[in-house]
Amino acid sequence: MNRRKEKLIKWLFTVTAFASLAFLVGIVLVLFKEALPIFKIISPKAFLLGTSWYPTAEPPEFGILPLILASLWVTAGALVICVPLGVGSALYLHELAGNKQRAVLKPVIEILASVPSIVYGFFGMVVLAPFLQTAFDLPIGLTAFTTSVILGVMATPTVASIAEDALSYVPRSFREASFAVGADRWQTLTKVIIPAAGSGISTAVILGMSRAIGETMTVLMVAGGSAVIPESIFDPVRPMTAAIAAEMGEAPVGSDHYHALFAIALILFLITFAFNIAAELISRRYRLKLGLSR
Amino acid sequence: MHDVNIDHERQMGMEGFHPALVRGPVGINLNSLGEADMFGSEPKITARGVNFYYGSKRALNNINIAFAARRVTAIIGPSGCGKSTFIRLLNRMHELVPGSRFEGEILLDGLDILSPACDAADLRKRVGMVFQKPNPFPKTVFENISYGLEVNGMTDKRAIEEKVVDSLRKAALWGEVKDRLKDSALGLSGGQQQRLCIARCLAVSPEVILFDEPCASLDPISTGKIEELILELKKEYTIVIVTHNMQQAARVSDRTAFFLMGDLIEEGRTEQIFKAPRDRRTEDYITGRFG
Repeated sequence: MNRRKEKLIKWLFTVTAFASLAFLVGIVLVLFKEALPIFKIISPKAFLLGTSWYPTAEPPEFGILPLILASLWVTAGALVICVPLGVGSALYLHELAGNKQRAVLKPVIEILASVPSIVYGFFGMVVLAPFLQTAFDLPIGLTAFTTSVILGVMATPTVASIAEDALSYVPRSFREASFAVGADRWQTLTKVIIPAAGSGISTAVILGMSRAIGETMTVLMVAGGSAVIPESIFDPVRPMTAAIAAEMGEAPVGSDHYHALFAIALILFLITFAFNIAAELISRRYRLKLGLSR
Repeated sequence: MHDVNIDHERQMGMEGFHPALVRGPVGINLNSLGEADMFGSEPKITARGVNFYYGSKRALNNINIAFAARRVTAIIGPSGCGKSTFIRLLNRMHELVPGSRFEGEILLDGLDILSPACDAADLRKRVGMVFQKPNPFPKTVFENISYGLEVNGMTDKRAIEEKVVDSLRKAALWGEVKDRLKDSALGLSGGQQQRLCIARCLAVSPEVILFDEPCASLDPISTGKIEELILELKKEYTIVIVTHNMQQAARVSDRTAFFLMGDLIEEGRTEQIFKAPRDRRTEDYITGRFG
Protein backbone atom coordinates (compact mmCIF):
# COMPACT_ATOMS: atom_id res chain seq x y z
CA MET A 1 0.00 0.00 0.00
CA ASN A 2 2.66 2.40 1.15
CA ARG A 3 4.87 1.52 -1.76
CA ARG A 4 2.11 2.17 -4.20
CA LYS A 5 1.48 5.53 -2.61
CA GLU A 6 5.15 6.37 -2.87
CA LYS A 7 5.20 5.37 -6.50
CA LEU A 8 2.15 7.47 -7.20
CA ILE A 9 3.67 10.54 -5.56
CA LYS A 10 6.92 10.09 -7.41
CA TRP A 11 5.04 9.76 -10.67
CA LEU A 12 2.98 12.85 -9.92
CA PHE A 13 6.01 14.99 -9.28
CA THR A 14 7.74 13.66 -12.36
CA VAL A 15 4.78 14.79 -14.42
CA THR A 16 4.77 18.29 -12.91
CA ALA A 17 8.50 18.61 -13.37
CA PHE A 18 8.34 17.66 -17.01
CA ALA A 19 5.24 19.74 -17.73
CA SER A 20 7.27 22.88 -18.44
CA LEU A 21 9.41 20.96 -20.85
CA ALA A 22 6.31 19.64 -22.59
CA PHE A 23 4.87 23.14 -22.88
CA LEU A 24 8.10 24.47 -24.30
CA VAL A 25 8.38 21.70 -26.85
CA GLY A 26 4.72 22.14 -27.77
CA ILE A 27 5.10 25.86 -28.28
CA VAL A 28 8.25 25.49 -30.35
CA LEU A 29 6.65 22.81 -32.51
CA VAL A 30 3.57 24.93 -33.18
CA LEU A 31 5.72 27.98 -33.92
CA PHE A 32 7.76 26.07 -36.47
CA LYS A 33 4.77 24.30 -37.98
CA GLU A 34 2.81 27.51 -38.48
CA ALA A 35 5.78 29.66 -39.44
CA LEU A 36 7.52 27.49 -42.01
CA PRO A 37 4.84 27.67 -44.76
CA ILE A 38 5.61 31.37 -45.29
CA PHE A 39 9.06 30.44 -46.53
CA LYS A 40 7.48 28.63 -49.48
CA ILE A 41 6.48 31.95 -50.95
CA ILE A 42 9.34 34.13 -49.67
CA SER A 43 12.95 33.30 -48.91
CA PRO A 44 14.08 33.68 -45.30
CA LYS A 45 16.52 36.34 -46.44
CA ALA A 46 13.85 38.39 -48.19
CA PHE A 47 11.61 37.93 -45.18
CA LEU A 48 14.22 39.11 -42.66
CA LEU A 49 15.75 41.87 -44.75
CA GLY A 50 12.74 43.08 -46.72
CA THR A 51 11.97 46.66 -45.96
CA SER A 52 8.25 46.81 -46.63
CA TRP A 53 5.61 45.19 -44.55
CA TYR A 54 2.32 45.33 -46.47
CA PRO A 55 0.77 42.01 -45.57
CA THR A 56 -2.71 42.91 -46.82
CA ALA A 57 -1.72 44.68 -50.02
CA GLU A 58 -2.11 43.03 -53.39
CA PRO A 59 0.38 41.48 -53.90
CA PRO A 60 1.32 41.38 -50.20
CA GLU A 61 4.82 42.25 -49.07
CA PHE A 62 6.34 40.41 -46.15
CA GLY A 63 9.56 42.21 -45.26
CA ILE A 64 9.91 42.36 -41.50
CA LEU A 65 13.07 44.43 -41.23
CA PRO A 66 11.10 47.52 -40.09
CA LEU A 67 9.51 45.44 -37.34
CA ILE A 68 12.80 43.92 -36.19
CA LEU A 69 14.47 47.32 -36.23
CA ALA A 70 11.57 48.82 -34.33
CA SER A 71 11.88 46.16 -31.65
CA LEU A 72 15.62 46.60 -31.35
CA TRP A 73 15.25 50.37 -31.47
CA VAL A 74 12.79 50.61 -28.59
CA THR A 75 14.68 47.97 -26.63
CA ALA A 76 17.94 49.88 -27.00
CA GLY A 77 16.14 53.02 -25.87
CA ALA A 78 14.68 51.15 -22.91
CA LEU A 79 18.16 49.95 -21.96
CA VAL A 80 19.45 53.50 -21.92
CA ILE A 81 16.84 54.16 -19.27
CA CYS A 82 16.65 50.94 -17.29
CA VAL A 83 20.36 50.24 -16.97
CA PRO A 84 21.34 53.43 -15.15
CA LEU A 85 18.12 53.45 -13.16
CA GLY A 86 18.22 49.76 -12.29
CA VAL A 87 21.91 49.44 -11.60
CA GLY A 88 21.86 52.77 -9.77
CA SER A 89 19.02 51.61 -7.54
CA ALA A 90 20.84 48.35 -6.90
CA LEU A 91 24.02 50.14 -5.92
CA TYR A 92 22.13 52.52 -3.69
CA LEU A 93 20.19 49.73 -2.03
CA HIS A 94 23.30 47.68 -1.53
CA GLU A 95 25.77 50.31 -0.56
CA LEU A 96 24.10 53.40 0.85
CA ALA A 97 20.57 52.66 1.97
CA GLY A 98 20.30 51.85 5.63
CA ASN A 99 18.20 48.94 6.79
CA LYS A 100 15.15 51.15 7.20
CA GLN A 101 15.32 52.56 3.67
CA ARG A 102 15.96 49.13 2.26
CA ALA A 103 12.91 47.79 4.03
CA VAL A 104 10.81 50.36 2.18
CA LEU A 105 12.58 50.64 -1.16
CA LYS A 106 13.00 47.00 -2.03
CA PRO A 107 9.30 46.12 -1.79
CA VAL A 108 8.43 49.32 -3.66
CA ILE A 109 10.70 48.37 -6.53
CA GLU A 110 9.20 44.92 -6.58
CA ILE A 111 5.67 46.33 -6.67
CA LEU A 112 6.69 48.38 -9.69
CA ALA A 113 7.41 45.05 -11.37
CA SER A 114 3.93 43.79 -10.58
CA VAL A 115 2.02 46.68 -12.17
CA PRO A 116 0.11 45.13 -15.13
CA SER A 117 1.51 46.15 -18.49
CA ILE A 118 -1.85 47.50 -19.63
CA VAL A 119 -1.58 50.04 -16.83
CA TYR A 120 1.82 51.10 -18.08
CA GLY A 121 0.36 51.34 -21.57
CA PHE A 122 -2.48 53.43 -20.32
CA PHE A 123 -0.15 55.73 -18.47
CA GLY A 124 1.98 56.05 -21.60
CA MET A 125 -0.98 56.93 -23.79
CA VAL A 126 -2.78 59.29 -21.48
CA VAL A 127 0.03 60.99 -19.59
CA LEU A 128 3.42 60.51 -21.19
CA ALA A 129 2.54 60.74 -24.90
CA PRO A 130 0.69 64.08 -24.70
CA PHE A 131 3.41 65.42 -22.45
CA LEU A 132 6.21 64.46 -24.83
CA GLN A 133 4.22 65.70 -27.79
CA THR A 134 4.04 69.20 -26.37
CA ALA A 135 7.48 69.11 -24.79
CA PHE A 136 9.26 68.20 -28.04
CA ASP A 137 6.68 69.74 -30.37
CA LEU A 138 5.95 66.48 -32.21
CA PRO A 139 3.20 65.73 -34.70
CA ILE A 140 2.31 62.65 -32.68
CA GLY A 141 3.06 61.58 -29.11
CA LEU A 142 3.05 57.83 -29.74
CA THR A 143 6.68 57.25 -30.77
CA ALA A 144 9.65 54.99 -30.32
CA PHE A 145 10.88 57.36 -27.66
CA THR A 146 7.67 57.20 -25.64
CA THR A 147 7.78 53.43 -25.88
CA SER A 148 11.39 53.30 -24.75
CA VAL A 149 10.65 55.41 -21.72
CA ILE A 150 7.75 53.22 -20.65
CA LEU A 151 9.61 49.99 -21.39
CA GLY A 152 12.64 51.32 -19.57
CA VAL A 153 10.61 52.01 -16.46
CA MET A 154 8.99 48.61 -16.75
CA ALA A 155 12.33 46.82 -16.99
CA THR A 156 13.95 48.81 -14.19
CA PRO A 157 12.68 46.62 -11.34
CA THR A 158 13.96 43.49 -13.10
CA VAL A 159 17.38 45.01 -13.53
CA ALA A 160 17.46 46.52 -10.04
CA SER A 161 16.37 43.37 -8.30
CA ILE A 162 18.74 41.00 -10.10
CA ALA A 163 21.66 43.43 -9.94
CA GLU A 164 21.09 43.86 -6.23
CA ASP A 165 21.14 40.10 -5.78
CA ALA A 166 24.38 39.97 -7.71
CA LEU A 167 25.93 42.62 -5.47
CA SER A 168 24.81 40.85 -2.34
CA TYR A 169 26.36 37.59 -3.53
CA VAL A 170 29.77 39.21 -3.47
CA PRO A 171 31.34 37.74 -0.35
CA ARG A 172 31.71 40.17 2.51
CA SER A 173 35.30 39.06 2.83
CA PHE A 174 36.20 40.89 -0.41
CA ARG A 175 34.97 44.12 1.08
CA GLU A 176 36.88 43.50 4.30
CA ALA A 177 40.03 42.65 2.39
CA SER A 178 39.76 45.85 0.40
CA PHE A 179 39.19 48.04 3.42
CA ALA A 180 42.03 46.30 5.22
CA VAL A 181 44.59 47.58 2.71
CA GLY A 182 43.37 51.13 3.13
CA ALA A 183 40.90 51.40 0.25
CA ASP A 184 37.94 53.69 0.77
CA ARG A 185 34.34 52.85 0.10
CA TRP A 186 34.32 54.18 -3.44
CA GLN A 187 37.47 52.32 -4.44
CA THR A 188 36.12 49.16 -2.89
CA LEU A 189 32.88 49.54 -4.78
CA THR A 190 34.35 50.33 -8.19
CA LYS A 191 37.43 48.12 -8.10
CA VAL A 192 36.30 45.10 -6.14
CA ILE A 193 32.56 44.79 -5.66
CA ILE A 194 31.30 45.86 -9.09
CA PRO A 195 33.86 43.79 -11.03
CA ALA A 196 33.09 40.79 -8.84
CA ALA A 197 29.37 41.27 -9.44
CA GLY A 198 29.95 42.27 -13.05
CA SER A 199 28.65 39.15 -14.71
CA GLY A 200 25.64 39.12 -12.40
CA ILE A 201 24.93 42.70 -13.35
CA SER A 202 25.22 41.86 -17.04
CA THR A 203 22.75 39.04 -16.49
CA ALA A 204 20.40 41.58 -14.96
CA VAL A 205 20.77 43.80 -18.00
CA ILE A 206 20.13 40.95 -20.42
CA LEU A 207 17.03 39.85 -18.57
CA GLY A 208 15.84 43.45 -18.55
CA MET A 209 16.37 43.42 -22.30
CA SER A 210 14.30 40.25 -22.67
CA ARG A 211 11.58 41.89 -20.67
CA ALA A 212 11.58 44.92 -22.94
CA ILE A 213 11.75 43.17 -26.28
CA GLY A 214 9.01 40.69 -25.41
CA GLU A 215 6.59 43.25 -24.02
CA THR A 216 3.43 43.48 -26.13
CA MET A 217 0.54 45.34 -24.61
CA THR A 218 2.45 48.49 -23.82
CA VAL A 219 4.12 48.75 -27.21
CA LEU A 220 0.82 48.09 -28.91
CA MET A 221 -0.64 51.04 -27.07
CA VAL A 222 2.17 53.59 -27.25
CA ALA A 223 4.50 52.75 -30.15
CA GLY A 224 2.38 54.40 -32.81
CA GLY A 225 2.13 51.35 -35.06
CA SER A 226 3.80 52.59 -38.22
CA ALA A 227 5.66 49.78 -40.00
CA VAL A 228 8.45 51.82 -41.52
CA ILE A 229 12.12 51.78 -40.76
CA PRO A 230 12.57 54.31 -37.94
CA GLU A 231 14.79 57.24 -38.76
CA SER A 232 14.62 59.13 -35.51
CA ILE A 233 13.67 58.26 -31.97
CA PHE A 234 10.56 60.38 -32.41
CA ASP A 235 9.14 58.24 -35.23
CA PRO A 236 6.14 56.06 -34.60
CA VAL A 237 7.18 52.41 -34.91
CA ARG A 238 5.67 48.93 -35.06
CA PRO A 239 7.73 46.44 -33.04
CA MET A 240 7.34 42.73 -33.74
CA THR A 241 5.11 42.02 -30.77
CA ALA A 242 2.77 44.86 -31.63
CA ALA A 243 2.51 43.67 -35.23
CA ILE A 244 1.52 40.18 -34.16
CA ALA A 245 -0.99 41.38 -31.58
CA ALA A 246 -2.58 43.94 -33.87
CA GLU A 247 -2.80 41.80 -36.98
CA MET A 248 -3.47 38.28 -35.74
CA GLY A 249 -7.15 38.99 -35.34
CA GLU A 250 -7.51 40.07 -38.96
CA ALA A 251 -5.36 37.42 -40.62
CA PRO A 252 -7.42 34.50 -41.90
CA VAL A 253 -6.22 31.24 -40.38
CA GLY A 254 -3.89 29.46 -42.76
CA SER A 255 -3.30 32.51 -44.95
CA ASP A 256 0.15 33.74 -45.88
CA HIS A 257 -0.31 36.68 -43.53
CA TYR A 258 -1.13 34.27 -40.72
CA HIS A 259 2.02 32.24 -41.38
CA ALA A 260 4.09 35.39 -41.65
CA LEU A 261 2.94 36.49 -38.20
CA PHE A 262 3.95 33.11 -36.81
CA ALA A 263 7.32 33.50 -38.45
CA ILE A 264 7.74 36.86 -36.69
CA ALA A 265 6.89 35.13 -33.42
CA LEU A 266 9.49 32.49 -34.19
CA ILE A 267 12.17 35.13 -34.79
CA LEU A 268 11.19 36.87 -31.57
CA PHE A 269 11.38 33.59 -29.71
CA LEU A 270 14.85 32.93 -31.10
CA ILE A 271 16.00 36.40 -30.06
CA THR A 272 14.81 36.07 -26.45
CA PHE A 273 16.10 32.52 -26.36
CA ALA A 274 19.54 33.81 -27.33
CA PHE A 275 19.32 36.47 -24.60
CA ASN A 276 18.52 33.85 -22.01
CA ILE A 277 21.32 31.57 -23.10
CA ALA A 278 23.71 34.50 -22.91
CA ALA A 279 22.47 35.37 -19.42
CA GLU A 280 22.93 31.79 -18.29
CA LEU A 281 26.44 31.50 -19.72
CA ILE A 282 27.50 34.75 -18.14
CA SER A 283 26.11 33.93 -14.74
CA ARG A 284 27.79 30.52 -14.84
CA ARG A 285 31.10 32.15 -15.59
CA TYR A 286 30.43 34.53 -12.72
CA ARG A 287 29.80 31.77 -10.21
CA LEU A 288 32.99 30.07 -11.25
CA LYS A 289 34.91 33.28 -10.99
CA LEU A 290 33.78 33.79 -7.42
CA GLY A 291 34.48 30.16 -6.66
CA LEU A 292 30.86 29.73 -5.61
CA SER A 293 30.37 26.44 -7.38
CA ARG A 294 32.88 23.63 -7.54
CA MET B 1 76.37 46.72 25.37
CA HIS B 2 72.90 47.35 24.15
CA ASP B 3 72.63 43.88 22.73
CA VAL B 4 73.77 42.38 25.95
CA ASN B 5 71.04 44.26 27.65
CA ILE B 6 68.41 42.90 25.33
CA ASP B 7 69.74 39.42 25.77
CA HIS B 8 69.59 39.86 29.47
CA GLU B 9 65.99 40.96 29.17
CA ARG B 10 65.23 38.01 26.93
CA GLN B 11 66.59 35.62 29.49
CA MET B 12 64.47 37.22 32.05
CA GLY B 13 61.64 37.08 29.58
CA MET B 14 60.59 40.59 30.30
CA GLU B 15 61.18 42.38 27.07
CA GLY B 16 58.65 44.70 25.59
CA PHE B 17 56.63 45.40 28.64
CA HIS B 18 55.54 48.90 29.44
CA PRO B 19 54.13 51.01 32.26
CA ALA B 20 51.06 51.67 30.18
CA LEU B 21 50.01 48.24 31.24
CA VAL B 22 50.21 49.17 34.82
CA ARG B 23 46.50 49.53 35.18
CA GLY B 24 46.37 45.95 34.10
CA PRO B 25 43.57 43.69 33.11
CA VAL B 26 40.47 43.51 35.28
CA GLY B 27 41.86 45.53 38.05
CA ILE B 28 45.07 43.59 38.54
CA ASN B 29 47.81 46.05 39.21
CA LEU B 30 50.72 44.63 37.33
CA ASN B 31 53.07 46.75 39.35
CA SER B 32 52.29 44.55 42.22
CA LEU B 33 53.30 41.59 40.14
CA GLY B 34 56.74 42.95 39.76
CA GLU B 35 56.88 43.10 35.95
CA ALA B 36 55.96 46.66 35.43
CA ASP B 37 59.33 48.23 36.06
CA MET B 38 61.15 46.08 33.55
CA PHE B 39 59.77 47.30 30.28
CA GLY B 40 62.02 47.12 27.29
CA SER B 41 60.56 49.65 24.91
CA GLU B 42 57.59 51.81 24.23
CA PRO B 43 54.61 49.64 23.36
CA LYS B 44 53.41 49.91 19.79
CA ILE B 45 49.76 49.78 20.75
CA THR B 46 48.13 50.55 24.03
CA ALA B 47 44.46 50.00 24.77
CA ARG B 48 42.95 51.66 27.79
CA GLY B 49 39.54 51.10 29.28
CA VAL B 50 38.05 49.70 26.08
CA ASN B 51 34.39 48.71 26.21
CA PHE B 52 32.56 47.53 23.14
CA TYR B 53 28.90 46.98 22.45
CA TYR B 54 26.95 45.34 19.65
CA GLY B 55 23.64 47.10 20.05
CA SER B 56 22.92 46.70 23.72
CA LYS B 57 25.08 43.60 24.07
CA ARG B 58 28.38 44.25 25.74
CA ALA B 59 31.17 42.38 24.01
CA LEU B 60 34.25 43.79 25.74
CA ASN B 61 34.65 44.94 29.33
CA ASN B 62 37.29 47.45 30.26
CA ILE B 63 40.17 46.03 28.26
CA ASN B 64 43.62 47.34 29.17
CA ILE B 65 46.51 45.88 27.27
CA ALA B 66 49.70 46.90 25.51
CA PHE B 67 51.40 45.29 22.54
CA ALA B 68 55.15 45.39 22.35
CA ALA B 69 56.77 46.50 19.13
CA ARG B 70 58.23 43.71 16.96
CA ARG B 71 56.82 40.98 19.11
CA VAL B 72 54.08 38.46 18.53
CA THR B 73 51.20 38.67 20.95
CA ALA B 74 48.69 35.84 20.84
CA ILE B 75 45.13 36.34 21.96
CA ILE B 76 43.48 33.13 23.07
CA GLY B 77 40.11 32.28 24.53
CA PRO B 78 36.97 30.32 23.80
CA SER B 79 34.59 31.22 20.97
CA GLY B 80 32.65 34.37 21.64
CA CYS B 81 35.11 35.67 24.21
CA GLY B 82 35.63 38.90 22.31
CA LYS B 83 39.11 38.25 20.94
CA SER B 84 38.20 38.82 17.29
CA THR B 85 36.05 41.77 18.28
CA PHE B 86 39.04 43.23 20.04
CA ILE B 87 41.57 42.97 17.24
CA ARG B 88 39.04 44.34 14.77
CA LEU B 89 39.06 47.50 16.86
CA LEU B 90 42.79 47.83 16.30
CA ASN B 91 42.27 48.69 12.61
CA ARG B 92 38.69 49.87 12.99
CA MET B 93 37.21 47.01 11.00
CA HIS B 94 34.44 47.07 13.59
CA GLU B 95 33.02 50.03 11.69
CA LEU B 96 31.81 47.66 8.97
CA VAL B 97 29.29 46.29 11.44
CA PRO B 98 26.46 48.75 11.89
CA GLY B 99 25.12 49.42 15.35
CA SER B 100 28.34 48.93 17.26
CA ARG B 101 29.68 51.34 19.87
CA PHE B 102 32.84 51.62 21.92
CA GLU B 103 34.32 53.47 24.84
CA GLY B 104 37.93 53.95 25.82
CA GLU B 105 41.01 54.65 23.76
CA ILE B 106 43.53 52.78 21.71
CA LEU B 107 46.85 54.43 21.00
CA LEU B 108 49.12 53.54 18.10
CA ASP B 109 52.45 55.22 18.79
CA GLY B 110 50.50 57.71 20.84
CA LEU B 111 47.89 58.39 18.12
CA ASP B 112 44.34 57.85 19.27
CA ILE B 113 43.12 55.60 16.48
CA LEU B 114 39.51 55.44 17.58
CA SER B 115 39.05 59.18 17.48
CA PRO B 116 37.06 60.49 14.53
CA ALA B 117 40.02 62.70 13.67
CA CYS B 118 42.00 59.61 12.71
CA ASP B 119 41.31 58.50 9.14
CA ALA B 120 40.36 54.83 9.02
CA ALA B 121 41.92 54.24 5.59
CA ASP B 122 45.22 55.77 6.73
CA LEU B 123 45.10 53.71 9.89
CA ARG B 124 44.55 50.50 7.93
CA LYS B 125 47.64 51.17 5.86
CA ARG B 126 49.59 51.13 9.10
CA VAL B 127 47.68 48.27 10.70
CA GLY B 128 47.10 45.47 8.20
CA MET B 129 44.94 42.44 8.66
CA VAL B 130 44.91 38.81 7.60
CA PHE B 131 41.59 37.07 7.94
CA GLN B 132 40.32 33.74 9.13
CA LYS B 133 39.47 32.46 5.68
CA PRO B 134 41.86 33.31 2.88
CA ASN B 135 40.07 36.04 0.96
CA PRO B 136 41.99 36.86 -2.20
CA PHE B 137 40.13 39.03 -4.70
CA PRO B 138 38.83 37.29 -7.82
CA LYS B 139 41.71 38.87 -9.70
CA THR B 140 45.13 37.68 -10.78
CA VAL B 141 47.89 36.96 -8.29
CA PHE B 142 49.65 40.14 -9.37
CA GLU B 143 46.55 42.32 -9.14
CA ASN B 144 45.80 41.03 -5.67
CA ILE B 145 49.02 42.56 -4.44
CA SER B 146 49.06 45.64 -6.64
CA TYR B 147 45.52 46.56 -5.59
CA GLY B 148 46.60 47.93 -2.23
CA LEU B 149 49.34 49.97 -3.89
CA GLU B 150 47.03 51.41 -6.52
CA VAL B 151 44.28 52.43 -4.10
CA ASN B 152 46.94 54.19 -2.13
CA GLY B 153 47.91 56.28 -5.11
CA MET B 154 50.97 54.45 -6.45
CA THR B 155 51.06 54.82 -10.23
CA ASP B 156 54.63 54.04 -11.26
CA LYS B 157 54.40 50.63 -12.95
CA ARG B 158 58.00 49.66 -12.21
CA ALA B 159 57.71 50.60 -8.56
CA ILE B 160 54.49 48.62 -8.28
CA GLU B 161 56.11 45.60 -9.89
CA GLU B 162 59.07 45.76 -7.57
CA LYS B 163 56.84 46.04 -4.57
CA VAL B 164 54.70 43.10 -5.68
CA VAL B 165 57.73 40.87 -6.12
CA ASP B 166 59.16 42.03 -2.83
CA SER B 167 55.92 41.36 -0.98
CA LEU B 168 55.57 37.90 -2.48
CA ARG B 169 59.15 37.12 -1.46
CA LYS B 170 58.54 38.31 2.07
CA ALA B 171 55.43 36.16 2.25
CA ALA B 172 57.48 33.13 1.14
CA LEU B 173 55.28 32.70 -1.89
CA TRP B 174 57.43 34.01 -4.72
CA GLY B 175 58.95 30.67 -5.65
CA GLU B 176 55.53 29.06 -5.98
CA VAL B 177 53.79 31.79 -7.96
CA LYS B 178 56.47 33.53 -9.98
CA ASP B 179 55.23 31.82 -13.14
CA ARG B 180 51.59 32.27 -12.26
CA LEU B 181 51.37 36.01 -11.64
CA LYS B 182 48.77 36.41 -14.37
CA ASP B 183 46.65 33.47 -13.22
CA SER B 184 43.60 33.85 -11.04
CA ALA B 185 44.43 33.88 -7.36
CA LEU B 186 41.47 31.60 -6.79
CA GLY B 187 43.40 28.79 -8.45
CA LEU B 188 45.98 28.73 -5.64
CA SER B 189 45.74 26.27 -2.78
CA GLY B 190 44.27 27.42 0.53
CA GLY B 191 47.67 27.83 2.13
CA GLN B 192 49.02 29.71 -0.87
CA GLN B 193 45.96 31.94 -0.86
CA GLN B 194 46.56 32.80 2.77
CA ARG B 195 50.19 33.66 2.08
CA LEU B 196 48.98 35.75 -0.84
CA CYS B 197 46.74 37.60 1.58
CA ILE B 198 49.74 38.14 3.82
CA ALA B 199 51.70 39.46 0.84
CA ARG B 200 48.81 41.76 -0.04
CA CYS B 201 48.93 43.08 3.49
CA LEU B 202 52.73 43.52 3.42
CA ALA B 203 52.60 45.42 0.14
CA VAL B 204 51.20 48.55 1.73
CA SER B 205 54.04 48.53 4.28
CA PRO B 206 52.11 48.24 7.51
CA GLU B 207 53.74 48.54 10.92
CA VAL B 208 51.35 46.19 12.65
CA ILE B 209 49.79 43.03 11.26
CA LEU B 210 46.67 41.55 12.81
CA PHE B 211 46.06 37.87 12.19
CA ASP B 212 42.52 36.75 12.90
CA GLU B 213 42.81 32.96 13.23
CA PRO B 214 44.84 32.79 10.02
CA CYS B 215 45.16 29.02 10.03
CA ALA B 216 41.60 28.12 10.96
CA SER B 217 40.89 26.68 7.52
CA LEU B 218 44.35 25.33 6.68
CA ASP B 219 45.95 21.90 6.84
CA PRO B 220 48.90 21.28 9.20
CA ILE B 221 51.57 21.75 6.53
CA SER B 222 50.16 25.09 5.37
CA THR B 223 49.73 26.06 9.00
CA GLY B 224 53.39 25.31 9.63
CA LYS B 225 54.41 27.55 6.75
CA ILE B 226 52.27 30.42 8.03
CA GLU B 227 53.73 30.04 11.51
CA GLU B 228 57.28 30.08 10.16
CA LEU B 229 56.38 33.17 8.25
CA ILE B 230 54.99 34.88 11.34
CA LEU B 231 58.22 34.22 13.21
CA GLU B 232 60.13 35.73 10.29
CA LEU B 233 57.84 38.74 10.03
CA LYS B 234 58.11 39.70 13.67
CA LYS B 235 61.62 40.99 12.98
CA GLU B 236 60.02 43.88 11.17
CA TYR B 237 56.41 44.04 12.25
CA THR B 238 54.38 44.13 15.42
CA ILE B 239 52.07 41.15 15.29
CA VAL B 240 48.85 40.35 17.07
CA ILE B 241 47.38 36.95 16.37
CA VAL B 242 44.05 35.60 17.48
CA THR B 243 44.06 31.83 17.63
CA HIS B 244 41.96 28.97 18.85
CA ASN B 245 44.94 26.73 18.77
CA MET B 246 46.92 26.92 22.00
CA GLN B 247 49.87 25.01 20.59
CA GLN B 248 50.02 27.65 17.91
CA ALA B 249 49.98 30.42 20.49
CA ALA B 250 52.78 28.66 22.35
CA ARG B 251 54.81 28.17 19.17
CA VAL B 252 54.65 31.62 17.66
CA SER B 253 54.03 34.17 20.36
CA ASP B 254 56.18 36.05 22.80
CA ARG B 255 53.27 37.15 24.87
CA THR B 256 49.80 35.74 25.33
CA ALA B 257 46.55 37.32 26.42
CA PHE B 258 43.62 35.25 27.59
CA PHE B 259 40.12 36.60 27.00
CA LEU B 260 36.98 35.19 28.55
CA MET B 261 33.45 36.49 28.04
CA GLY B 262 34.60 39.95 27.10
CA ASP B 263 37.16 40.27 29.90
CA LEU B 264 40.91 40.21 29.55
CA ILE B 265 41.69 37.70 32.26
CA GLU B 266 45.42 37.59 32.04
CA GLU B 267 48.29 38.78 29.87
CA GLY B 268 51.92 37.87 30.16
CA ARG B 269 54.89 36.11 28.70
CA THR B 270 53.68 33.14 26.73
CA GLU B 271 55.85 30.80 28.77
CA GLN B 272 54.44 32.10 31.97
CA ILE B 273 50.84 31.92 30.76
CA PHE B 274 51.22 28.32 29.73
CA LYS B 275 53.41 27.13 32.59
CA ALA B 276 52.31 29.19 35.51
CA PRO B 277 49.06 31.03 34.85
CA ARG B 278 48.16 33.36 37.63
CA ASP B 279 44.45 33.06 37.18
CA ARG B 280 42.54 29.90 37.83
CA ARG B 281 40.37 30.45 34.75
CA THR B 282 43.42 30.70 32.50
CA GLU B 283 44.68 27.45 33.90
CA ASP B 284 41.32 25.78 33.37
CA TYR B 285 41.27 26.94 29.77
CA ILE B 286 44.78 25.97 28.79
CA THR B 287 44.48 22.59 30.46
CA GLY B 288 41.33 22.03 28.42
CA ARG B 289 38.84 22.04 31.23
CA PHE B 290 36.52 24.20 29.17
CA GLY B 291 36.34 25.97 25.85
